[in-house]
Amino acid sequence: MTQFEVYRIGPEIKIGAFDISFTNASLFMVISSLAILLIFNLGSKKNSLLPSKLQLLAELSYTFVSKMISDTAGSKARPYFAFIFSLFMFVLFCNMFGMIPYTFTVTSHIIVTFMLAAFIFIGVTIIGFIKHGFGYLKLFVPSGVPAVLLPLIVVIEIISYLSRPISLSVRLFANMMAGHTMMKVFGGFVISLGIVGGWLPLSFSVALTGLEILVAFLQAYVFAILTCIYLNDALNLHH
Amino acid sequence: MIKKIIFQLIIFSFLSIKKVFAAESGGMPQLNPEFWISQIFWLALTFGVLYLFLSKLILPKISANLESRKSQISDNIGAADKQREESETKLKEYEEIIFKSKNEAKSIYNQAREKALKDIKAKSEVLDKQINEEIKKAEDEINQLRKVAPTKINKIAIETASELTQKLIGAEVNNSSISAIVDDLSKRSGDKYYDN
Repeated sequence: MTQFEVYRIGPEIKIGAFDISFTNASLFMVISSLAILLIFNLGSKKNSLLPSKLQLLAELSYTFVSKMISDTAGSKARPYFAFIFSLFMFVLFCNMFGMIPYTFTVTSHIIVTFMLAAFIFIGVTIIGFIKHGFGYLKLFVPSGVPAVLLPLIVVIEIISYLSRPISLSVRLFANMMAGHTMMKVFGGFVISLGIVGGWLPLSFSVALTGLEILVAFLQAYVFAILTCIYLNDALNLHH
Repeated sequence: MIKKIIFQLIIFSFLSIKKVFAAESGGMPQLNPEFWISQIFWLALTFGVLYLFLSKLILPKISANLESRKSQISDNIGAADKQREESETKLKEYEEIIFKSKNEAKSIYNQAREKALKDIKAKSEVLDKQINEEIKKAEDEINQLRKVAPTKINKIAIETASELTQKLIGAEVNNSSISAIVDDLSKRSGDKYYDN
């Protein structure tokens, strides 16, 4: 499990009682952000009718996220486009950088994913209350439910609403951690079985790498699309 | 036999891996709160910076690029459509002109033909008239000659006869008696020399 270990890089930085030292996790957050900014800055610098490769990449990502948002949350979600785009790209790049050997996967830490999810949860709740006032509480009272069942349904709805940040964060964190752990286990098999039996786990390892790259993209996509769905609940209140 | 060896190898490796993991891990590093604050701080910092740069600088530019390309393409398509329409109207005009000019040429040809025919007709009429006149004149002359010829011939015959008789017999013959004989002769055989 050394790959999930966080360690300090450079001196210890403290603000009051809080330790905010620069760690390997911080390093990969910075690397991911810079990579995103670099790619998209280069991709948007020159506007030619026939786009270059980077420009095409940037524009395809833009339309991809834009379409995802308009499909799930409608046109009202337009002001939150930049946030969801940054979120998707940040999670995607953190996942993808984690796929390079000897790197650190930022999203394999529950505290990171939970902070993102909690921010989204609080933000969406605030947006919901701003848009609908106390009418937002109608979200917990689905229409067409018999009065007898209503107390039970309301309780279930509230629990499911409150568990959103947990499910959102644990989904991403568990997927990343499980994938990397599995690769580590198969890598361990290769070493212990040696030249005779190591080929089978080695081929598994290769296949798993492909699968993990898929999972890295998929989890970023799921994270972003669930954010859109939560946002949709807050913006267009119909249950 | 080989299967058995592989199976044993796998079992053995499981045991050895367990030993390796037991040696290195002391629980999940994710649950160690030592660097939680640091991670939260750096997450907020990097994500915040990323969000600011993307939303203020980069995404509007990409959006503008996409829009300008869209408008450029639609403009070009519009211009192409317009030009196509223009060329179609031009083609129609051209066809009309050709049709018109064909008609014109036809009418000019017809007119020219008619005029030529008329001219020919007029000229031929004039010529016919002239020819007829000349023929008539000639006929008149012939008729005149014909009318005059018998008297002239009679006169010549009378004179010739009187001179002949004078030379042959040396006697003066009365002209009136000769003319009576010639008249008689010519009356008898005049039909032989003249068709009428």
